[in-house]
Amino acid sequence: MKRTAAIVLTAVLLAAGCSSNGKGNSSGSSDTPGVTDTEITVGTHMPLTGPAAAGYSKIAPATKAYFDYVNKNGGVNGRKITYKIMDDGYNPANTQQVVRQLVLQDKVFAILNGLGTPTHTGVLDFLKTNRVPDLFVASGSRSWNQPDKYPGTFGFNPDYTVEGKILGTYVKETYPGKKICFLGQDDDFGRDSLAGIEKILGPVAAKQSYVTSNPNVVPQIGALKAAACDVVMLATVPGFTALSIGTAAKVGFRPKFVVSNVGSDPTTLAKTLGPTGAPLLEGVVAANYLPLATDDANPWIQLYKKVNTEFNGNAEFDNNVVYGMSVGYLFVQSLQAAGKDLTRDNLTAAVEKGGFTGPGLVPVRFSAKDHSGYGGEQLTKLTGGKAQYFGTPYQTDDGDGAVAAYTGTAVAPPQNGIPTAQ
Amino acid sequence: MTTVTAPEKVTTNRPKRKRLSPLAVVIPAAAVILALTYALPPFRNYQLATVGAYLCVTAGLTVLTGLNGQLSLGHGALMATGAYTLALMQNRFNVLALGILAAVAVTTVVGGVIGLAAARLRGPYLAGLTLAVATVVPSIASTFDTTFNSDQGLTVALEPPPDAITVEQWQAWLCWAGALVTVLVIAYLVRGRFGRDMRAVRDDETAAKLAGIGVARTQVLAFVLSAACAGLAGALFAVLAQSVSPGAFPLTLSLFLVMAVVIGGLGRLSGALIGAVLLVALPEIAHSIAEDAGSQRLEGNLALTFFGVVLVAVMLAAPGGLASLRLKRNKQKGRT
Repeated sequence: MKRTAAIVLTAVLLAAGCSSNGKGNSSGSSDTPGVTDTEITVGTHMPLTGPAAAGYSKIAPATKAYFDYVNKNGGVNGRKITYKIMDDGYNPANTQQVVRQLVLQDKVFAILNGLGTPTHTGVLDFLKTNRVPDLFVASGSRSWNQPDKYPGTFGFNPDYTVEGKILGTYVKETYPGKKICFLGQDDDFGRDSLAGIEKILGPVAAKQSYVTSNPNVVPQIGALKAAACDVVMLATVPGFTALSIGTAAKVGFRPKFVVSNVGSDPTTLAKTLGPTGAPLLEGVVAANYLPLATDDANPWIQLYKKVNTEFNGNAEFDNNVVYGMSVGYLFVQSLQAAGKDLTRDNLTAAVEKGGFTGPGLVPVRFSAKDHSGYGGEQLTKLTGGKAQYFGTPYQTDDGDGAVAAYTGTAVAPPQNGIPTAQ
Repeated sequence: MTTVTAPEKVTTNRPKRKRLSPLAVVIPAAAVILALTYALPPFRNYQLATVGAYLCVTAGLTVLTGLNGQLSLGHGALMATGAYTLALMQNRFNVLALGILAAVAVTTVVGGVIGLAAARLRGPYLAGLTLAVATVVPSIASTFDTTFNSDQGLTVALEPPPDAITVEQWQAWLCWAGALVTVLVIAYLVRGRFGRDMRAVRDDETAAKLAGIGVARTQVLAFVLSAACAGLAGALFAVLAQSVSPGAFPLTLSLFLVMAVVIGGLGRLSGALIGAVLLVALPEIAHSIAEDAGSQRLEGNLALTFFGVVLVAVMLAAPGGLASLRLKRNKQKGRT
């Protein structure tokens, strides 16, 4: 027991040592945490390791690469952006830990693009209490759009219900009278998506769900086959999109597949299915809202490829890189709009004012009453291993609003690839 | 042969240990923790709270494994039981004390069931059973998804603390109150007849039986005790994370817990404290190293490597764990 006392004392001394460290870090900053005359520090939490890391781990480095590009060209109002990327391994307990570290110890100005519904949900209250702007959450859950409850939180992805409505509209027009079925993830993603689909199509003929911890969808696909579905709509993450399409082929079930944007990155799918399975992807319909990585003629892709070569160690260029850089672009736009006198309230107000135009096919919807991200998507079809857009972009809301074609024209990036104050 | 020496050890140790009552350690410790929560910045307070929550489970586990010789790889699942109970109670009644008590009670019952099975198993078979318990959590959460909400888990409704104290301070108080009560209860139990029974069963079951000790009863009680501690820890983690999901209680957590108590020193409460500190400190050190090396992707994996290396190094240098390093003259006494 004496030993215990000694150890408690040692721990106390250690902790005291740490405490003086922590205090040392915080001194020297101005009134707004994370902002000095020459620097803006923002942080994020991402699955860089663990089961969800495939594909997603490329997003934050791409965002950072875009910031490095902006920094090299003078930064935003003379301030360089430092992006602190924390690995939470897609574990909500770790997210609590790393976000506290970012906010309380590293004193970041804002949290940007934190990834994941279960992970980010847990830190909403903490970020609200500490009045930290929580921008462009990387998930399509509707939880981010609660301006009254969480005034500092804003989404980025079109929410899953919006997507479900758009995909549902396509299916309704293309396959009238056919048997439509659904397979989705057993969480907000699958449920919100199904809600959107059923708003347009009415109840689906059969619905199944899966959990990521059990990589076997034979029972689900078997049930859909037994129900004689003509079209299967998937609200699945990439690994499970590939698994579902592969399993269906194995049991001799060949419906048309319509896939959520979340699980439709052709590079990831082809890699998972392997060379023999990749032809199964032919004709798969999905949706997106950002320029496609394979569209070399697009000026945004040209800009991103340049940044990717110079600042991202020439990482394999896919839709995740496009996503990461688009997040970076939107954040720089927000900083420009917040002006020289950068405070947390200024930033939130600037994002709420909205009106940002950028790489997206449809505008972001930000306003005082609406904190959701992109408001629509355009359909893509996979042919020859490449996704290609067809038709026009559609916009809608997560309520009973109509699905309407968006007629605005695409915006080209500014000459130097860095947005200016609008 | 060992059967004769083991009880002797206990009798010779007894008068020495009686000099310092557990209260004499716990009360100053409480004062120090209280002072620390005012001195530390919020993030360190949060880490302090996490150490407290970990201490609840490592203290229980070190008694089970170190004093009773039962290896459990399933304590992560018991923590999940406590955490889910708290989340469900909070979301319905929103009375924290009630939620924590319910969490401990439910985990005690679950621990009793597992303990009954565990008392019939030895060595690798026991490890296998508890391992199965650890891996079954996600399946339960997805099979009963209307209650447990599958992989996404539940959020925990919590009343904010009064304005005078910060959330992190309040969390540290709560977790350390739990930890110190746990340590106190265990310390008193282990000093008494129950502790002697546990050690006797660990050292030689036949001899223990001959001495009139109910072997199975002792084993089940030890398991129930450590399960209750794990349930409390789980409830505290649910409060800290404000959410519960299967991803927060993976198999690696159970393995980390065992590693932590082994590195700290099996069977010693001081070892449990060292283990709890390591569980918080090692990932933090791994993070700063990964940051200096410029590769964030290293971070998630580095903590695992770290634990492995520390385990190997400690086992080579001090087979009794870090707690046995403190004073040389204690070494010959063996486990206390």
